[in-house]
Amino acid sequence: MLAHASGFGGIAAIVMSATTFGGSAQFAAASILGTGGGVAAAVVAAALLNARYVPIGVTVAGEFEGSPLRRLLEAQLIVDESWALSRRADGRYDRRLLIGAGLLMYCTWVGGTALGTLVGDSLGDPDRYGLDAAFPALFLALLVPQVRTRPALAAALGGGAIALVLIPFVPAGVPIVAATAACLVGWTRL
Amino acid sequence: MSDVWLVVVLVGVATVCAKAAGPVLLAGRELPRPLSAVLFLLAPALLAALVVTQAVGGDREIVLDERLVGFGAGALALLFRAPLIVVVIVAAAVTAATRALG
Repeated sequence: MLAHASGFGGIAAIVMSATTFGGSAQFAAASILGTGGGVAAAVVAAALLNARYVPIGVTVAGEFEGSPLRRLLEAQLIVDESWALSRRADGRYDRRLLIGAGLLMYCTWVGGTALGTLVGDSLGDPDRYGLDAAFPALFLALLVPQVRTRPALAAALGGGAIALVLIPFVPAGVPIVAATAACLVGWTRL
Repeated sequence: MSDVWLVVVLVGVATVCAKAAGPVLLAGRELPRPLSAVLFLLAPALLAALVVTQAVGGDREIVLDERLVGFGAGALALLFRAPLIVVVIVAAAVTAATRALG
């Protein structure tokens, strides 16, 4: 439904859920396009948001086996939730739990997107229902579990500050991409 | 190809590559620690920027409108550990109500 609010067609939203399967990147791309941020900003921000799956994938790499194609397909079921759920007390990861949880979430996610676009079509102007305020609330809810450590909190505060300062001076979308500079606190904090 | 489809395809390819990189290429070896720390911090930095731009962002200006009231209500719901869907619905409902009254 939020994708619909940003001008995404139904099929495009469903295909994106099936291929990208990462809520925050999809919402980010949709909201940047929806506020006139342009293709480049939407793609860069969404791709960077999912860049966290590189280190996340690295943490579980040892648990995957079989052909490269099989590993590639199974790796697509890695999302924040399935990854967190499959982490065991000894620091290793339960691959079967990760894939099971990932599959279940995948079906729910793609199905939910299909349902959302069907319902969304019959609603009319999304702003009347306050859906434009649903986006920042959604991002805040996604952000909170990510800032449990001091460097993460510093990156979040820095990213937010950069975006706020830049909004009046540059086209929509650019503040979001520029805010990624805040993640460089990772270099100094180690 | 429309803008929307271009975004869907490019983001899809980028995500598939990001997720597969570790399990397909590395198979057990580790990334250098500073690089891995920076990649982890991309998500909180970007999400915070999205919160700000979606809450008060306009066309090259800061816009303070009904969105902010709903956003505040959503944040309050989050403070009381409401689930994600409740937070989103509260934010939307309060904004819609504020708009209808105003």
